[in-house]
Amino acid sequence: MSTTTTRGLASPAPAKVTKTRPRRGPRGTRTFNFWLFTSPFLIGLIVFVYIPIGWSVYLSFFEARFTVTPSDFVGLDNYRQMLTDSNFTGSLGTFTAFAAFIVPTTWAVSLGLALLVNRLRFMRAFYRSVFFLPTACSYVAASLIWKMSIFNGVRFGLANTVIGWFGVDNVAWLANPDPPWYWLVILTARLWLQSGFYMILFLAALQNIPRELYEAAAIDGAKPGWQTFRHITLPQLRATSTAVILLLLVAAYQAFDEFFNLLSKTTWGRPPLVELYYTALGQNQNYGAGSAGAVILTLLICVVTLFQGRIMGFGRGDQSQ
Amino acid sequence: MSAMSNSNWSRRSLFRAAAGMAAAGTLAACGSNNGRGGGSGSGKNLVQYFHAYGEAGTEQAIKRYAKAYKDASVTTQWITGSNFESKLFASLLTDQAPDLFEFHPQLQLVKSGQVADLTDLIEPVKSDFNQADITSHTVDGKIYGVRMIDDPQFFFYRKSLLDKAGIQAPTTLDELIEAAAKLTTSKVKGLFLGNDLHAVINPLIWSAGADTLDAKNEIAYHTDGVVEGLKKMRKLFTSGHLLLDAPADYWDPSALNQGLCAIQFCGMWAMPQFQQTLGDDLGIMPFPKVTDAGKPSVYNGGWSMFVNAKGKNVDAAKEYVKWLWIDQKKYQEDWATSYGFHIPPRTSIAQSATKLKSGLPAEGVKLFDEYGHFDNIGWTQAMITATENVFADCVRKGGDPEAALDTCDRTVGAELKKLFG
Repeated sequence: MSTTTTRGLASPAPAKVTKTRPRRGPRGTRTFNFWLFTSPFLIGLIVFVYIPIGWSVYLSFFEARFTVTPSDFVGLDNYRQMLTDSNFTGSLGTFTAFAAFIVPTTWAVSLGLALLVNRLRFMRAFYRSVFFLPTACSYVAASLIWKMSIFNGVRFGLANTVIGWFGVDNVAWLANPDPPWYWLVILTARLWLQSGFYMILFLAALQNIPRELYEAAAIDGAKPGWQTFRHITLPQLRATSTAVILLLLVAAYQAFDEFFNLLSKTTWGRPPLVELYYTALGQNQNYGAGSAGAVILTLLICVVTLFQGRIMGFGRGDQSQ
Repeated sequence: MSAMSNSNWSRRSLFRAAAGMAAAGTLAACGSNNGRGGGSGSGKNLVQYFHAYGEAGTEQAIKRYAKAYKDASVTTQWITGSNFESKLFASLLTDQAPDLFEFHPQLQLVKSGQVADLTDLIEPVKSDFNQADITSHTVDGKIYGVRMIDDPQFFFYRKSLLDKAGIQAPTTLDELIEAAAKLTTSKVKGLFLGNDLHAVINPLIWSAGADTLDAKNEIAYHTDGVVEGLKKMRKLFTSGHLLLDAPADYWDPSALNQGLCAIQFCGMWAMPQFQQTLGDDLGIMPFPKVTDAGKPSVYNGGWSMFVNAKGKNVDAAKEYVKWLWIDQKKYQEDWATSYGFHIPPRTSIAQSATKLKSGLPAEGVKLFDEYGHFDNIGWTQAMITATENVFADCVRKGGDPEAALDTCDRTVGAELKKLFG
């Protein structure tokens, strides 16, 4: 006779039923949570980004000097003024020259540093820190050190002391546009400040490359060094390189601090933001013309970004799927 | 049991504590310590903006005067850095604008209604002021701003170095260029005009026999003499005898005091520091004439006190201005002569200021009287920037002076049209 028994088997515990207030359905809770968590950022975005942009576009059509609530409508006069202002158009040229040099140079320097630090066996953390630490320094502080200690034009400036050992006369690094030594000062300051940060990004990417790839390449006869770097490392860093170049370009567009602090009221070596600062927020306080310049600059950035996206193939991966 | 699980720290008690702190914060905000003063004043709180003067003790002096005022609590914002103007103009558009501030007379400030009419304060003592100062602050018969100090600017030179080079103090721009060449050695440059040369723009215009604007408020700087002066300045800039890129700018006496140059353009404010370092080995001279038709010139810079017409405490600010810069002659003399040397705009104070009666300071006063040019209230920031661009373009960058002045004319012309129609 077969018997079935439940002895020894634990019966499922009865569900604990408690009386609670009726709750809103999951969808309602989710919607509430969505607004709870996004609304502060949304409000911040509207108040600090969209309204100022809209206000700036509004100001660009008015004679708005020493006021942000103007009444004198001038149509496209401010745009005409900015587009015929050689200082503003020159600033776009300055930016182009600056970006054309600083983006590839920083990319190469930070990648080079990452490759060097990645291979270290001793004091790896020390060297990583040494190269990364300048990132923590403010652009203003670095600019002042560059201007007052290293590249001042008198005999006790560091750079002039060094070239003095070779019998070269003092150089006014920042006062004279011919020859344009000021570029050396600006570019070295920015390289020193930002290469460490991008080195860390490359370092992370380097450590994500599967070791098997190198082993397979070695079995296939690839020589270590340039061949391996060109055919394995560099392609594997493509995504990081794209991100780094994009970030560098954005940073170049935002260049302000070192130009403003190193070059005092020149008509050369002004990137667009410094030019707009002098127009709108400096002594002139011409918010109308400054806003028109900002709108022109924004449109330019949009065009360049779209163009860059097309070249670098953003979204191509999605389309292929 | 961890401390956090103790019943003393229940959620309810935490909420209570937070609510208590919020209430205390709210009450504290209602108190007097709200960042806009408080303390000695019995009623209004006023905020005044000052740029950072280089002379030691000036900040303490301004705060000491403010503390002595009993009818309001006056807070001083001592703004360091080189962008005092930017901070001032930007803040004047906000609710955090100062009630009173120092600046130079600017028609734009009057036209945009940012500065209050102070005629009623100055009228009773108008005759005791330097009349050129009164003129430079007057628009349509109304006086906007009280002059606090006049700052003559000229050249300071080391007598011994000029003697050694066998030269006299230059009286023409050509002589100045020659002197710079003779005074330059491997360690000392002949001349320092400031890092961006902006300080000598107006002196060059005046010494060329021209002016910024004429009596009809029309362009008066675009002359053959000024073009010639610009060409000479370019020659000087490229000569290798000009100190460029110094660690401190023209307003600081360190270039001459540290032996970086033999002649330095600076203001009378730095005279005590020059004398302290160089003793009697110090001479002064005006900006020399640029052409035969020109005349030596001295720029009378200086600072004036203005009341923010859009502020919340216009009357209280005017009372403070009257108390300090009209009534308190002792403080006015202290401000003008105890730190750097400045010329008091009040004739009675200038005549009694013993520190300015003999020696080099007296020579400075003489140059001020003989060759002085005062601010033109119609010469606005946009116009100043336009002439700075002329110097940047043709003196420092090597462009054509005529073309640079033509560009400047367009900017200044547009500005004049907006201001005067």
